[in-house]
Amino acid sequence: MSTKASTATRRLQFEIFRYNPEDPESVPQMQAYELDEAPYMSLYIALNRIRERQDPSLQFDFACRSAICGSCGMMVNGRPALGCRTLTSDLPELIRLHPLPVFKLIGDLSVDTGTWFRQMVETSEAWIHTERAFDPEAQEERMDDELAQAIYEGERCIECGCCVASCGVANVNAEFAGPAGLNRIARFMIDPRDERGAADWFEVVSSEDGVFGCLGMMACHDVCPKELPLLEVHAYLRRKILAARFAS
Amino acid sequence: MSAELISTDVLVIGGGLAGERCAIEAAAAGHDVLILSLVPPRRSHSCAAQGGMQAALGNCVKAAGDNTTLHFLDTVRGSDWGADQEVAQIFVEEAPVAVRELAHFGVPWTRVRGGKNSYVIKGERVEIEERIENDGLIMHRDFGGTAKWRACYAAAATGHAALYAVDSEVVRLGITVRDRTDAVELIHDGGRCWGAVARCLRTGRHFAVVAKATVIATGGYGRIYGQYTTNATINEGMGAAIALNTGIVPLGNMEAVQFHPTALAPSNILITEGSRGDGAYLLDKDLHRFMVDAEPEKQELASRDVVSRHMKQRMRDGMGVDTPYGPHLWLDLRHLGEQHLTTKLREVFEICRDFAGLNPAQDLIPVQPTQHYSMGGVRANKDGQAYNMAGLFVAGEASCWDMHGFNRLGGNSLAETVVAGRIVGRAVAGFAGAASLDVNTGVAFAAMQRAEQRAAEWLARTGPGPDVYTIRDAMGETMMSKVGIFRKGDELERAVTELRALLADCDKAVLRSKAPGMNPELTFALRLRNMLRLAYVTAKGALLRTESRGAHYRSDYPLRNDAEWLNRTLVRWAADAVEPEFSYEPVGEIDLPPGHRGYGSDERIEMRMSPDQYNADVYARQAEHGRLATSEAAGSRMRRGAWQEPV
Repeated sequence: MSTKASTATRRLQFEIFRYNPEDPESVPQMQAYELDEAPYMSLYIALNRIRERQDPSLQFDFACRSAICGSCGMMVNGRPALGCRTLTSDLPELIRLHPLPVFKLIGDLSVDTGTWFRQMVETSEAWIHTERAFDPEAQEERMDDELAQAIYEGERCIECGCCVASCGVANVNAEFAGPAGLNRIARFMIDPRDERGAADWFEVVSSEDGVFGCLGMMACHDVCPKELPLLEVHAYLRRKILAARFAS
Repeated sequence: MSAELISTDVLVIGGGLAGERCAIEAAAAGHDVLILSLVPPRRSHSCAAQGGMQAALGNCVKAAGDNTTLHFLDTVRGSDWGADQEVAQIFVEEAPVAVRELAHFGVPWTRVRGGKNSYVIKGERVEIEERIENDGLIMHRDFGGTAKWRACYAAAATGHAALYAVDSEVVRLGITVRDRTDAVELIHDGGRCWGAVARCLRTGRHFAVVAKATVIATGGYGRIYGQYTTNATINEGMGAAIALNTGIVPLGNMEAVQFHPTALAPSNILITEGSRGDGAYLLDKDLHRFMVDAEPEKQELASRDVVSRHMKQRMRDGMGVDTPYGPHLWLDLRHLGEQHLTTKLREVFEICRDFAGLNPAQDLIPVQPTQHYSMGGVRANKDGQAYNMAGLFVAGEASCWDMHGFNRLGGNSLAETVVAGRIVGRAVAGFAGAASLDVNTGVAFAAMQRAEQRAAEWLARTGPGPDVYTIRDAMGETMMSKVGIFRKGDELERAVTELRALLADCDKAVLRSKAPGMNPELTFALRLRNMLRLAYVTAKGALLRTESRGAHYRSDYPLRNDAEWLNRTLVRWAADAVEPEFSYEPVGEIDLPPGHRGYGSDERIEMRMSPDQYNADVYARQAEHGRLATSEAAGSRMRRGAWQEPV
């Protein structure tokens, strides 16, 4: 099917971060495993094989295994990535896996992205703010398809946390909205159904914890598994906030 | 161990679309709501639904003239007359409201573009002028088994967009969610449910939640087919299992299992039906469009059960493409063009690229039919109230409500999640409003003790013994090879025997990890017995049903038999009983009489009685099987004879 299927079988060397906070005897350390590579082997397949055949205590998270649910963000040789979508054929023989930084560790490769993202949604109030009540009898309000596509573009974030883990600021400032948070804000900002005005948005994004906290290193843009245009998103937010500032 | 006991008005087990939409309804009515979810809610399997949500808005030219009656007809025919027609009616009427409400919550639905549009329809590229006055309304795409274009969509990430919008609403309302939590046992006193015992997947500790009303919305049980499913790893059917374990609440139609025609081979990742809706072809190894011969009218867009059978047969006839992983067929999207593939089917494009290294604008995509959807589930009345257990409700794929019968139409389940969430949520709110929390906490502590003891027993078991993952793999092989697309009596007998043996193995299995905390091996082991029980009742139900209906196809009984099998399978199985008990209830009141579906075989064994005779004691007989009274009278939402109106 694809040229990615290698012919010679490699013996992969895994080094995986281990720590179980529930076990008083556990100490953070790297643990080595070996595994024969197979065609189309993703880290989803590889990690399950290690757990099922070598070390049943190994903790990691997968759900959809098709790069849609965002459960399996992890550091793969120092770079945040979705485990399910990462093929071992694209990696060297030595594969080092760490949990994503920034998020609270649950155990081994498993981190608590759920709490972080819920908080982000609460802080930025990432929902449609409207005074209008839903009218079940009425036809839907119209929207230009171009605009729908633009909103959808921002809506595609799967909250995997890869951008947050890659972000220098998020790594040192726990209050920083993070690239995913800023993207979420921009998504609601361009949505005319959301009735928040310039002043409301100024409140949400203008501080050091908002878009002006970003140092512009833009690793987020490079690591996003959904290829969200985070560079453009940041530029858009800065323009909007500056415009709002000058207008006021 | 200090026992934790939480109380709430409404407990929702499952943080997908159905559970969250239900929670919103209950919270909006002023109730204190707690959602338990295996994963952060936005990672629920609802997010993986791609192609669309069926609602008869009739906004584009190919949807012109659509209405709820046509949607009702498609749904009942799709179900092969296994559906409850009153529930199907309730569903089609509520679906447009639910879809528009999602627009209100923020879903960026793809919209009608007034003016000239280019589509691929039945192999032809056609230009259609969309009406300017409909510009900006919600757009539709074609799906299998429907008379009109009806599926509303947000590119190929409809479930994702809907789930994020609904979850935002959950956060806005301040509803508490405990993620990484496994509900492991219902708290009940034999006829009244009072919540559930749960296990925290951060710490491994159990806790009890007592509630006035409890909702199961845990999705399907596809993972009983092992790796042969499009479902996420979390779709292990635990909601259905804990209901079954009561021995009182019946599961309905567990043998009704849907196989989706186009899972990517060999990883079984879903490729949406929307791809065929948008004009993709199915090809055999000679690159021949075999569905045109097989189903001249609907072609690739017959219902999923029919298309999957034709595909399987084609591969049995040696026309599949052989690989070390077994044969597959081709999905051809090339003629749709890169522009279309990277916008309206963007997620399909990415899946092909990321998981198969293929570019669907240039390459053929290897596909095979794979387990996809569970029509069966916890049997409930039209309010979503489970049979035989007051205070226990169920919504979405976990339920057998039952609008899908023996085959659901693509796009109907995603719509069902929010429709059922609204309707069942109202019933839950009403129930909780009239109830008080006078539970005997002894019942809750006893349930928690049982759950803790099960975990302790697993950890205490030593010595040689099979391991849990080997048992899981054997279960998957048995289910796919013997309880799959084509089923036969002798093979089903063998499946039942094998599953019985695996249940015995499970009781002897030994954990290799005794790690404290959530312990992933223990977490899976605690589910394994439940999964095997679901697999067992699925296989046994398939063995007992000696006819073919929808997705349940018996090579040895190839005809639909409306004389003997126009009914719904119910199964009860107490946790400590040796064998499950099967019984059969009428499907519900029949308005549209059984007939030809419009695709698939036109041969069948006719009903011996008239619909009127069938209907005479329908509700009384369902009550005998445990159907509890509904807030509105049984049958009150039927629109009898509406299907005869000129359309």
